[in-house]
Amino acid sequence: MVNIAFFVFAAILLASAVRVITAKNPVHSVLFLILAFFSAAALFVLIGAEFVAMILVIVYVGAVAVLFLFVVMMLDINFQELRHGFLRYMPVGLVVGGILAVELGFLAATQLIGPVEAAGGPTAIPPVSELTNTQAIGHILYTDYVYAFQASGLILLVAMIGAIVLTLRSRKGVRRQEIGQQLDRKRDQVVAVRKVPTRGGV
Amino acid sequence: MLENWAHLWDQLPLIVRIVASILVITVPLLIGMAMLTYFERKVMAAMQLRQGPALVGPWGLLQAFADGLKLLSKEVIIPAGANRVVFLAAPMLTFLLALVAWAVIPFGEGLVLADINVGVLYLFAISSLGVYGIIMAGWASNSKYAFLGGLRAAAQMVSYEVSIGLVIITVLLCVGSLNLSKIVEAQKSIWFFIPLFPMFIIFFISALAETNRAPFDLPEGESELSGGFNVEYSSMAFALFFLGEYINMILMSGMTSILFLGGWLPPLDIAPLNWIPGPLWFILKICFCLFCFIWVRATLPRYRYDQLMRLGWKVFLPFSLIWVVLTAGVLVYFDLLPK
Repeated sequence: MVNIAFFVFAAILLASAVRVITAKNPVHSVLFLILAFFSAAALFVLIGAEFVAMILVIVYVGAVAVLFLFVVMMLDINFQELRHGFLRYMPVGLVVGGILAVELGFLAATQLIGPVEAAGGPTAIPPVSELTNTQAIGHILYTDYVYAFQASGLILLVAMIGAIVLTLRSRKGVRRQEIGQQLDRKRDQVVAVRKVPTRGGV
Repeated sequence: MLENWAHLWDQLPLIVRIVASILVITVPLLIGMAMLTYFERKVMAAMQLRQGPALVGPWGLLQAFADGLKLLSKEVIIPAGANRVVFLAAPMLTFLLALVAWAVIPFGEGLVLADINVGVLYLFAISSLGVYGIIMAGWASNSKYAFLGGLRAAAQMVSYEVSIGLVIITVLLCVGSLNLSKIVEAQKSIWFFIPLFPMFIIFFISALAETNRAPFDLPEGESELSGGFNVEYSSMAFALFFLGEYINMILMSGMTSILFLGGWLPPLDIAPLNWIPGPLWFILKICFCLFCFIWVRATLPRYRYDQLMRLGWKVFLPFSLIWVVLTAGVLVYFDLLPK
């Protein structure tokens, strides 16, 4: 049963990954990318890593891909024209693809030689089999890898500040709403009751 | 007698049992949704000194079913230039996502279809996917009003998810588990809306924004987008969006009751109150939250878009972040952390 499920999800994952790069319409590409993320999450569930699966869906599908879709829908590019440069960019693509393939090969080789735990890698203090995998990740992340974890947090913070600095510009002549000022107003500052004489005006 | 039935139930093949339990959840849910539209129209009518639906069936009770039948008999119109597949997939996706979330909701002690370890994360993930139906509908309709509605929905739902996530974290700090049944059981001594009152309010307001309900119903803003993301939809396709929105409302009310109002637990564990079965308490709490949803809709005018964004990012986000730190600090200092 689990095996059948694995092959179904793996097939969907591969097929949608192929469609991501072959689809004519970029919006369809992003939708297929979302399907690929989703199938990957299903594979994580199958190996019992439900926490990672849910985080994958929440972060990538629920937030990143939404913004991605948002941007792609706003683009107005002639994609037929973009395809003309295909042969020119192919060598670069092949190099990147080749590097990825070699890396994957290394990973597969280390798995064949022996799992990471045997080589003296970190293990959780209470054995993982006794915990839910949320707790297990927590134990490892906040003990063995606490500095790496904090460092990656800092890197993300710097990236975020960088993005804000790059896009923030204060334009002149824009009248902004100051909510604090607005709430601070008192009745006698803004309302004046006058007696207006007939034919006299204010 | 009851044991016989339980025995017979265990004899059935797994697939039959699963399908039966799914039906036991979805059929009352769909009827409840129909009743919710009736309830909404009656409550709003009462607040505006009107009668509300009163002609179809006794007290107008069958109005919702009449409306459903009418929509079923209409023609599905697909605009020229629309992206057919995405256009038709969008309402289905909305409806599907609204229903699958109910798999992990515990209706009573042990009364849950799938009691998974990461129930809260599952709910959070599914509710954050809801936006896809709306964006896809907006884009595929090939209409500027629908597209603007879709874009608004995307920005709005992403903004409010952040604060919902932080609110969930504060609750999890007090429980020590991501399992929904455990979250309810942790509230045996005190419902979380008392110690975490500000988070309860933030969660409720964010739930309004997440379900695109008034005063945050900008994606469909009738006055400026003439219906927003669903302008081009007719017949059952429109009905599916409608169903999805209302089931999401019930879901968000259910989540509010599980996280803050003690799920199926009675307010006090004393004689007359704990005679009422748990699922009934749960439904009563959901009804209370739904009443608040409708009450807000009948009372408040729609937010302006920039104010909506400001509220999400500049008010709710910092405030809930501070509350996470504060809650963690208090729990550690008084040694109250769950083991």
